Amino acid sequence: MAEEKKLFKVKIDNISVEVEPGTTILNAARKIGGDVVPPAMCYYSKLQGSGGKCRTCLVKVSKGSEADPRPMPKLVASCRTTVMDGMEVANITSPEVQEARKGVVEFLLLNHPLDCPVCDQAGECDLQNLSYEHGAEATRYEFKRRTFDKIDIGDKIQLHMTRCILCYRCVYTADQLTEKREHGILGRGDASEISTYIHQSLDNEFIGNVIDVCPVGALTDKTFRFKNRVWFLKPVDAHRNCENPKCCGKTVLWMRGDEVFRVTARKDQYGEVEDFICNTCRFDKKEKSDWIIEGPRKIDRHSVISQGHYVNTVKPKDPLVEVLDGRQPKLLFDIHTQSQVNRPDIDLSKIEGPAHSDDFNK
Amino acid sequence: MGRKLLLDKAHIEGIRYYDTYRSNGGYAAAEKALKSMGPDAVVEEVKKSGLRGRGGAGFPTGLKWSFIAKPEGVPRYLVCNADESEPGTFKDRYLMEFIPHLLIEGLLISSFALGANSAYIYIRGEYAWIPDILEQAIAEAKNKGWLGKNILGTGFDLEIYVQRGAGAYICGEETALLESLEGKRGNPRIKPPFPAVKGLWGCPTVVNNVETIAAVVPIINIGGDEYIKFGIGKSTGTKLISACGNINKPGVYEIEMNISVEEFIYSDEYCGGIKGGKRLKACIPGGSSVPVLPANLLLKTAKGETRMMTYESLNDGGFATGSMLGSGGFIVMDEDQCIVRNTLTFARFYHHESCGQCSPCREGTGWMKKVLHNIEYGKGKMSDIDLLWDIQRKIEGNTICPLGDAAAWPVAAAIRHFRDEFEWHVKHPDEALTRNFGLAHYADPLPLPEPAAV
Repeated sequence: MAEEKKLFKVKIDNISVEVEPGTTILNAARKIGGDVVPPAMCYYSKLQGSGGKCRTCLVKVSKGSEADPRPMPKLVASCRTTVMDGMEVANITSPEVQEARKGVVEFLLLNHPLDCPVCDQAGECDLQNLSYEHGAEATRYEFKRRTFDKIDIGDKIQLHMTRCILCYRCVYTADQLTEKREHGILGRGDASEISTYIHQSLDNEFIGNVIDVCPVGALTDKTFRFKNRVWFLKPVDAHRNCENPKCCGKTVLWMRGDEVFRVTARKDQYGEVEDFICNTCRFDKKEKSDWIIEGPRKIDRHSVISQGHYVNTVKPKDPLVEVLDGRQPKLLFDIHTQSQVNRPDIDLSKIEGPAHSDDFNK
Repeated sequence: MGRKLLLDKAHIEGIRYYDTYRSNGGYAAAEKALKSMGPDAVVEEVKKSGLRGRGGAGFPTGLKWSFIAKPEGVPRYLVCNADESEPGTFKDRYLMEFIPHLLIEGLLISSFALGANSAYIYIRGEYAWIPDILEQAIAEAKNKGWLGKNILGTGFDLEIYVQRGAGAYICGEETALLESLEGKRGNPRIKPPFPAVKGLWGCPTVVNNVETIAAVVPIINIGGDEYIKFGIGKSTGTKLISACGNINKPGVYEIEMNISVEEFIYSDEYCGGIKGGKRLKACIPGGSSVPVLPANLLLKTAKGETRMMTYESLNDGGFATGSMLGSGGFIVMDEDQCIVRNTLTFARFYHHESCGQCSPCREGTGWMKKVLHNIEYGKGKMSDIDLLWDIQRKIEGNTICPLGDAAAWPVAAAIRHFRDEFEWHVKHPDEALTRNFGLAHYADPLPLPEPAAV
């Protein structure tokens, strides 16, 4: 008979949960779910050694354990602190934590440009969500922000270091997923930056995953940049038999009509990739016919991209049809046939770079 | 005249070399430890002595040693932290440069106590000439059978390696030091696990400061009970203090931890008073990272008692009215010194030295430096002082390693005790550079001797 595992009882914001020894406070909170889950900008459950750096997941341990009930003297990073039996943690119930988190958001936004209107990560940016939930209304920073030139690190990925918050996720991804050190951190303090060695390119069959793990818009997909806003796209689950044995071939297609604008890996409710995908699936398979569509993707996050993607919605009956005794209303004017801009025969996703008026004059 | 334990032989010519060191009683403690004491007895003696880590934190050394994990078949390491980079602190340099065999003997005893067969001295890159001195001393010790295989026929083996750092302050933090020693970028690790469980190469490791390891030698020589008599309460033994600033006699002093701050500053045996007979304005008693104390709180504690050169007395009143003994970098400021400029200097240092791993330190240190720069150069606003206070509060305690605290505390203490000076800078931007503040933070100078009757 298998030996029964002893579980640790933990109380987070006065909600009890039982978890296995070795579980971090963050993962214990995730087991409870909802608002007690601390935000995390650098922790990524699929990447070893990640976490502890951004300090957004700080929590207060008000009781260390049943054996040693003393509180921890400082706030701790919940993503790297393991639970003890009888531990009591305060997250949203601690004003100290909320204040510290507000401070962290302010620090993260010091050098991060608020260029959401043009940033390709808008709508699915963790920092955007974090600042809505924990940020201040205005900045107190009056100095020049740091800027960098954009760098093409590989033919499909662009690094916009100006937006980077140095979470190190992409470095861990490149180290761990591609079995080859591709890039790292140069410089120290606020002068540190993500870079390849003397602007070398990142070329590895799985390197596209650095785009998915980036919590902000610092690493972007050059095949998607400026093509569309994510909230205009419809995410659908799809798969294909990928030739690469390491790739699961399970993806999310971001479509508008029959056009595939971008392909990403599938992410869980915390925005973390479930299975990493290869570059071929991500960058080269942009035809609907390349994929077997499974159905609409449930976006389980409270960001703007979940808005409008309703499941099982009941639409009210159209009264016009009843008024017209069952006749369909006569279409007097089809905007798509009349518009000089939105020509349906143009695939935006296939235009090199952002769409330009010249593309519509051809 | 204060008694000495570490520098008692420093005046002997040629003490840097083995023969002189040995003929003056050197390696007697190692012989005693290895031949007549066991490892556990050495640990017990260190515990009994009440020795506290001399690197800054002041954690009990014997207790730290007893935390080391002892799994079967896994090597243990002793790492000597010689990355002395705290502005104002230069005591370890003196020890290593002039009495290197004291450190080697200390390493031998400590490694024996811990069961470590390899010890590393991680030395600050800027101390470019000292590794050669240490390596020469190590070679001498090895030739004489104090290092290598089967030392003194006890079956104990030890090799000591000297590793030069590349000159980063953060590598003085024990986990960043270990990363650097492993050949990686010197970024602090997140604790736990602590080095005593998972340190160098993932093995149990103890990291001790140079002075701490050197202090083990006299403890074994005279015994823990005798060592306690050099000091008061939990501040036992002697402490090296590197004194600098506006004093008549800057230098490294070994003090018994039972003298007052006033005696240390004004006595001829130590600092010899304030240079030029000026008034004492403030002092940073433990290296740049600890809170500055204005003169009125420096000589007396919050309770009105005489402030002593001990861990407890300097802490008295917490950060509101106290400071820390820290690493013993004693920086004295006279009435002409500008607190805002000093704070800016430290802020610039910590900004430059932040590793950039965690957000509050990476972004906050730079922000503080810029705000302080504005205040210092006449572009500050009154609200900037509150802003500074708020920034340091959001850094302190929220970072991976203590560098965030080290950056925040000097700013906090400067505002707490010298807010009027910051306000004066804001109100008088043009006059700020004249440094004539007319503000009252000074201790009255000690009375001058009566002029001789004519």
